[in-house]
Amino acid sequence: MVKIDTKLAQIGNRSETATGTVNPPVYFSTAYRHAGIGQSTGFDYVRTGNPTRQILEQAIADLEGGDRGFACSSGMAAIFTVLSLFQSGDELIVCEDLYGGTYRLLEQGYKKWGLNAKYVNTCNVGEIEKHITQNTKAIFLETPTNPLMQETDIAAVSEIAKKHNILLIVDNTFYTPLLQQPIQEGADIVIHSATKYLGGHNDVLAGLIVAKGKELCDALFLYHNGTGGVLSPFDSWLVIRGMKTLSLRMQQHEKNAKVIVEYLSKHEDVTDVLYPGRGGMLSFRLKEEAWINPFLQGLSLISFAESLGGVESLITYPATQTHADIPEEIRTAAGVDNRLLRFSVGIEDAEDLIADLEKAFINIKERVNA
Amino acid sequence: MSHEEYSFETKLLHNRHKFDKATGAVSVPIQHASTFHQSDIDQFGKFDYSRSLNPTREALEEIIAELEGGTRGFAFASGMAAISTAFLLLSAGEHVVITEDVYGGTFRLVTQVLTRLGIEHTFVDMTNLDEVKAAIKPNTKLFYVETPSNPTLKVTDIKAISEIAKEVGALTFVDNTFLTPALQRPLELGADIVLHSATKFLAGHSDVLAGLAVVKDEELAKRLYFLQNSFGAVLGVQDAWLVMRGIKTLNVRLEKSQSSALKIAEFLNSHPLVNNVYYPGLKSHPQYQIQKDQAEGAGAVLSFELKDEETLRLFVSQVKIPVFAVSLGAVESILSYPKTMSHAAMPQEEREQRGITNSLLRLSVGLENPDDLIKDFSEALKFVESKQLV
Repeated sequence: MVKIDTKLAQIGNRSETATGTVNPPVYFSTAYRHAGIGQSTGFDYVRTGNPTRQILEQAIADLEGGDRGFACSSGMAAIFTVLSLFQSGDELIVCEDLYGGTYRLLEQGYKKWGLNAKYVNTCNVGEIEKHITQNTKAIFLETPTNPLMQETDIAAVSEIAKKHNILLIVDNTFYTPLLQQPIQEGADIVIHSATKYLGGHNDVLAGLIVAKGKELCDALFLYHNGTGGVLSPFDSWLVIRGMKTLSLRMQQHEKNAKVIVEYLSKHEDVTDVLYPGRGGMLSFRLKEEAWINPFLQGLSLISFAESLGGVESLITYPATQTHADIPEEIRTAAGVDNRLLRFSVGIEDAEDLIADLEKAFINIKERVNA
Repeated sequence: MSHEEYSFETKLLHNRHKFDKATGAVSVPIQHASTFHQSDIDQFGKFDYSRSLNPTREALEEIIAELEGGTRGFAFASGMAAISTAFLLLSAGEHVVITEDVYGGTFRLVTQVLTRLGIEHTFVDMTNLDEVKAAIKPNTKLFYVETPSNPTLKVTDIKAISEIAKEVGALTFVDNTFLTPALQRPLELGADIVLHSATKFLAGHSDVLAGLAVVKDEELAKRLYFLQNSFGAVLGVQDAWLVMRGIKTLNVRLEKSQSSALKIAEFLNSHPLVNNVYYPGLKSHPQYQIQKDQAEGAGAVLSFELKDEETLRLFVSQVKIPVFAVSLGAVESILSYPKTMSHAAMPQEEREQRGITNSLLRLSVGLENPDDLIKDFSEALKFVESKQLV
């Protein structure tokens, strides 16, 4: 079996036999001609299936070791499609350190349809079982978590899920199948915001789902096609294009992140650095909340923007950006306090990034002393 | 002459996005960025993350809002994504009164997805106002209308339904895919939300999947925005641009297709192998007058029922010009078989009860010369006759 970086570089190649084109064509057509009644080519209507989207769906299913992939119009559309598996009266166990968009969807969306979430520190595997009731239908977790970068033992949680005959859903956005393949460790469903590392260039919004097991895949197909939050052919092609360099990018992201972790850990203005030891994401706390603004204002290379996983470095302030929809009390108690910054380390030269951070720290001093 | 005074076809081209303010470009630029740099920690710019708002998608949303006469527009990844998101305004325990001959995908959504979330429904013949009133329950919060309906082209009186809805404090949604704002503007007739599969006539070229919603009330628009952003089934930027490109020729396309549709409907109506023709532009259509009063035309989709399924199979095997495929509303004519295509998601019993029989075909008339289409159909029907004589 070929290795993952070979698979990535070859996504979609040789898929088109009519012309021999190496790179897969973008099929814009919404409808597909039938030669006669009941004579479908396998493609009928673009929402149901599209040749370009199918290449991406098969590639991610293969990379994650699942049976079937589904491409969605955003990471949130992927989560929404997966949550369609549940109904009024069901309960979910969800990791408490969670992307704010998922929290908002559960609390302000699904609650009104009678689907309840219990927020548990899933890193502490022993905690999970205490919260399982006869209505619990799934465990949903992010690992590492966003933004506190805590890892959960997927294999251990999957044993609990199997014992209680419930689904395990893992958001693998931060690591990608390059660093972690949750289905291989026993998860049933993997979700991605492919806007992040998979797309990798901050130029496309996309979500992916991979599932294992025919029944589950058939149900997901029904909701994916039925609710229609599917990814367009062009955006599918952009994600495929991004994935070809995923391996190279991730190596550079991780190399840079490690250099920055070392730099920040030694810095006197930083109280904590949260980094799980792999990948390109890290978070850190400044000593004072009041320093956040001058720090961000002092950056000139690194952008202050929401999102992550792109080639360019971005710093996000979870309190007002990604986690703004979580009440401050709950947010702070979980550790997402007002001194925390999240850093998506890009593929620039690490020395240039450190020089930019250095300038930001100097700006704090100048502004605070002024 | 102010911009508001422009007639509809002028507005299609000359709206507030007629040129880009920074460069003067006359086509809206495609902004691929998923995220936007922020220069201040407390005061974010208008754009922060593409799912929440993107300049290219926003241009399309503003254009459709203006064309439908609403306050705010929303662009989605597909028509079904628009419809699904709008339905999610409802909570568990609430009830929808919905037209019985609704698009198969909407039928599937209501019966297989919304029921699981505790949202109830009753299917009614929306053209029968007594039946509509009888279906009202204390928890009715929504009336869902498709007019003309798919595929039997029944016409619902939008004004009458919105009045009934208002009396019980419920909302009215109208799927305006078949007519587009060029021919019918449901918000002006009292509807609260207009929905579109923009894949069809709005984009018009069979090359982009897209959905749109337009809301009149600002408060309701805020609630729909929350759902659009939270569920994230938004339209990609390249696709938003393709829809805007299609909208520029909406009026000329629709006028041409509509005039051809009437000719074809009249031809089919007089043919002995055709049992029924469903087209609201025919004087014999039961709601011909309502269609005339509430819309500026009958559109370019018609359905016709052949003598039997065998006739249909022979006919389909001989027709050369229209593509035999799902979908509608394109430059090329599309012939569909609702039984196995648009309404395959509907159980047979429900389907036949709605007149979607095994011998019904739906035709979306394109931009070909109508005489060519009529000749094509005429020859195919002649072939059927010759076979059946043997």
